[in-house]
Amino acid sequence: MGVLLLAELDDGALSASTARTVAAAAQLGPVDLLVPGPRAAADQAAAIAGVAKVIHAKEAPLADGLANLLAGLADGYTIIAAAASTTGKDVMPRLAAKLDIQPVTDIVAIEGANRFVRPIYAGNALETVTDPQQTHVLTFRASAFRPAASGNAAPVETLDTDIAAAARFIAAHRTQSDIPDLATAQIVVGGGVSVGSAEGFKLVEALGKTLGAAIGATRAAVDAGYAPNDWQVGQTGKIIAPDLYIAVGISGALQHLAGIQGAKKIIAINTDPEAPLVKIADVALIGDLFEILPQLTAELEKSGVKR
Amino acid sequence: MKILVAVKRVVDHNVRIRVRPDGSGVETNGVRMSMNPFCKHAVEAAVQLAEAGAADEIVIVSIGPKPANDVILTALAMGAHRGILVETDQPLETLVIAKLLAKVVEEEQPDLVLLGKQAVDDDSNHVGQMLAALTALPQATFASEIKLDGHALEVTREVDSGRETIGLPLPAIVTADLRLNTPRNAALPMVMKARSKPLAVRPAAEFGVDLSPRLTVEMVSPPPERAAGVTVNSVAELAAIIATDVNEMEAI
Repeated sequence: MGVLLLAELDDGALSASTARTVAAAAQLGPVDLLVPGPRAAADQAAAIAGVAKVIHAKEAPLADGLANLLAGLADGYTIIAAAASTTGKDVMPRLAAKLDIQPVTDIVAIEGANRFVRPIYAGNALETVTDPQQTHVLTFRASAFRPAASGNAAPVETLDTDIAAAARFIAAHRTQSDIPDLATAQIVVGGGVSVGSAEGFKLVEALGKTLGAAIGATRAAVDAGYAPNDWQVGQTGKIIAPDLYIAVGISGALQHLAGIQGAKKIIAINTDPEAPLVKIADVALIGDLFEILPQLTAELEKSGVKR
Repeated sequence: MKILVAVKRVVDHNVRIRVRPDGSGVETNGVRMSMNPFCKHAVEAAVQLAEAGAADEIVIVSIGPKPANDVILTALAMGAHRGILVETDQPLETLVIAKLLAKVVEEEQPDLVLLGKQAVDDDSNHVGQMLAALTALPQATFASEIKLDGHALEVTREVDSGRETIGLPLPAIVTADLRLNTPRNAALPMVMKARSKPLAVRPAAEFGVDLSPRLTVEMVSPPPERAAGVTVNSVAELAAIIATDVNEMEAI
């Protein structure tokens, strides 16, 4: 009786979102956390409050291997869970089908031991489902949960199994940046296609840097080549829930709005007062972003905003 | 090579949906329906492989009510060769869909199965991965590039940290992401021609899969509305608001 949770890793390091999924999973039972990757990440994971045990696997396999690994450990757990990240989305449905379980994914609220809320139709509706199955396969939207505290010292147990997989890893093409992680950032500055060029996007990045913010982009801005694909916020990109979202030159297509509905406060800078994003914003400034952004960045630096 | 592509008929993604007042679901009566956008990317990828001489047959499969024939016809007009409709009026869960598709894969023995990464109605992002499990085939999800190299694939995937490239032996399952390609619009002569291509309609019951749902949908509700905002008139005013917010923010 308990939860087997797959930890989220990023380039071999424990991702900040793991503390959030642990907090979600801990509402359902004691959490055994599977960390496939370096030992240092497993030791870091042991410090998260709510973790009963860390199961450390030396390898971080692709989806087929990871599903096999989880299936091998599944016995004795009533819940097998992960973050609704690209890894969790890749592996958990495969695991569920292997175990003949209908999964419940992208959970944004837990309403009981087997009652969950998840968004559908790009977040334009919320579905409340009850899962009467014996075993549950779940993924949690990390940004919808507050992170668990640290200070724990859970035992770490290292697995000694070979993982069979048909798919093989060839290469990673990572976006190198020193800016905060989009999925867990407190402040996000997002740019739309109105910034006009990759050069124009630098204005968005400058404001973000001043605020210590992560940078997001709309699908149109990514498709136009102004920003890398992993900055995309929306139904098909990342779903964010920062305390503050500053949307620059973003009209607010349904697809993008789906990604920002969890933001506590939304500020819009746009020339069009009728843009859907301006209408849902808490604060709006109507005007030309090319004039506003440099002034705003300078003004904030002058007022000594420091993070 | 034979390619099987799964397509889904959904509420058109440009429609602003309305939640039924009784909480029983989203209103779909009298609403414009079309092929799920990600499925279009999957069909386009198959047609491009055929045009490059890598595939000789593209089979389209859809599961749903009779009108789902329309999205199969759209795929046939884009260049696919024949269609299969697994007909049912019941709403089906993703696991059941994957089981029905696994039966079709068993019959058709394709070298490659292409699907969209998710349907824009239920936003599940399950079926490709589940089908891969049920057929015990390797998977490459969220594909932004597919390269065929003899009897293996090299697929570049869109992941949270950027992109990654993986290798898969065929047969394999691949799900399409947005940046895989730009789906074509079928020209009128192709649309006319599509009607003469073979399209088999088969009742879902024929496949021997238990269609009953595992989960109970208790309620569908609209998301909470945001309170009305204010418009400020100067950069200085906006800067002051942002500075206050940031200074009040508790550090995590």
